Amino acid sequence: MPLFRNIASIIALLPMIIISLTVFVGCIIYSFIYSLTNSKLIPVTNFVGFDQYERLFKQRKWDVAVENIFIYGFVFTIGCLIIGFLLAVLIDQKIRGESLFRTIFLYPYAMSFVVTGLVWKWVLNPTFGLENSMHMWGFSWFELDWLVNRDLAIYAVCIAAVWQGAGFVMVLMLAGLRGIDEDIWKSLSIEGVAKWKSYLFVILPMLRPMVVTAIVLIAAGVVKVYDLILALTSGGPGYATTTPAMYVMENFFSRANLGQAFAASIIMFISVVCILAPWAFYEFYLRNKYAAN
Amino acid sequence: MSSIPSGPRPKYLTVGRIGMYCFILVCALFFLMPLYVMVITSLKDMDEIRAANILNLPKELSFYSWPKAWSQACTGFVCEGLKPGFFNSIKITVPSVIVSVGLSAINGYALAFWRFKGAYFFFGLCMFGAFIPYQVMVYPLLKIEDALGIYSTLPGIILVHTIFGMPILTLIFRNFYVSLPIDLFKAARIDGGNFIKIFLYVIIPMSAPITIVAVILQVTGIWNDFLLGLVFAGRDNQPMTVQLNNIVQVDYGVAEYNVDMSATILTSLVPLFVYFISGRWFVRGIAAGAIKG
Repeated sequence: MPLFRNIASIIALLPMIIISLTVFVGCIIYSFIYSLTNSKLIPVTNFVGFDQYERLFKQRKWDVAVENIFIYGFVFTIGCLIIGFLLAVLIDQKIRGESLFRTIFLYPYAMSFVVTGLVWKWVLNPTFGLENSMHMWGFSWFELDWLVNRDLAIYAVCIAAVWQGAGFVMVLMLAGLRGIDEDIWKSLSIEGVAKWKSYLFVILPMLRPMVVTAIVLIAAGVVKVYDLILALTSGGPGYATTTPAMYVMENFFSRANLGQAFAASIIMFISVVCILAPWAFYEFYLRNKYAAN
Repeated sequence: MSSIPSGPRPKYLTVGRIGMYCFILVCALFFLMPLYVMVITSLKDMDEIRAANILNLPKELSFYSWPKAWSQACTGFVCEGLKPGFFNSIKITVPSVIVSVGLSAINGYALAFWRFKGAYFFFGLCMFGAFIPYQVMVYPLLKIEDALGIYSTLPGIILVHTIFGMPILTLIFRNFYVSLPIDLFKAARIDGGNFIKIFLYVIIPMSAPITIVAVILQVTGIWNDFLLGLVFAGRDNQPMTVQLNNIVQVDYGVAEYNVDMSATILTSLVPLFVYFISGRWFVRGIAAGAIKG
């Protein structure tokens, strides 16, 4: 009686099962159903088909939000990967003060997004911030008005985010580098391959699982970005740095437009699935292939 | 995976190594700059902040912004500083960490040693939950908590943190328990241990390292949370991050950047303390959370 034997285990896992079903699955179903209604202040079951989605895609603000999330996602992911990998390689060179440098590169990761946003808001302050410093040093041509510039504000968000997240990638990559067999380095140096070439063309491809993990984790975080932007720009100037997450929260809690918020959140969910699905398939497929051998 | 530099120390500095050290120092300065600016700004008075370079050391140390940020700064009509937020964050973090770590340890244990048919299906569902954007779940979850009568209360926010912490924590506990020698478990079974007894007397005593990792992950994660605290904690339990944002983003009155920066430092003290104390454990937490089993 296997069911009876594991009854304690089933009871122990009940909270997880209930939460998975009601929260993780239930909430998506709930959101989807109500995204098909014209709910305003409170959820009502007045179904209007896909009207909310149609309206959503006509919103200029939503377009800006989607554009921003692509810019942010691209710059942030690439920035973190390049800087993280570079830092990991540098730290791997048997340098002095290795643990000190590692501590310095990782500490921003311990800080919250709100703190990160507020600090950079002050550093990039157009009146008193770095721009002013450069002017005082005589570089009067220097411009750093990103926070008040509609086109550049999103890149200010990217800088703050890379500052916060690059250490995370560094840790992952460093773990990978430390796992590389010493023999590979020996044969590379016997072959006389330049170090930077070895890193770029031999070691980096070997770190592919690390890189993939980092990209998936970063990308899943990109879609969620909310508090960083709220603290740094509040979505401004105007709505130049708004994101899908902000659009959803605004429609839920300050514009009392539930139907729109549900529709937008479902789009967010679908995009996360689109990011995860290839990765999950790849993992699953690869694992099966290995299992078969 | 030892991180202690091994092999012979390079005998002399080459041009390349000097260049490398220069580059790594520049990177370190970039990462340290916001922290430096935060600290020195909090020690200046407003006249100096307005007149001088943001990067200059304070001419005169002024400590008045610290007590002001702690107990007098205004959020809306209430001028109690960050102090209530600090205690709210403790009230939220301590029980949330205990409940989520405890529950996830049991989950991991059940999944590792007491698998029943379908257990991994629900585990998969639960892991899937780690990637769903919060925005998809906040509103339905709010409705669930409302129906349970715990929305906007301390138990409400603790439940939310437990739910959202569960996937990743369950994963790291499961991975840790799977790596334990199975013979140990078999021996305990032969000696007549049941689900609860084996957990209490065999597994818990061996769980110290992974529990430390999980606690670090949760303490920093929950302390740094903004969105969930904003939505679920209610006015009386707003965590420190939410109050920090309210203090800094006030729309009226003269902005006091030194008070803002003191408040920002105060908010990040707990996670930074955890980070500097825990050192390698923090790094292990990242690795454990990132490497999927």
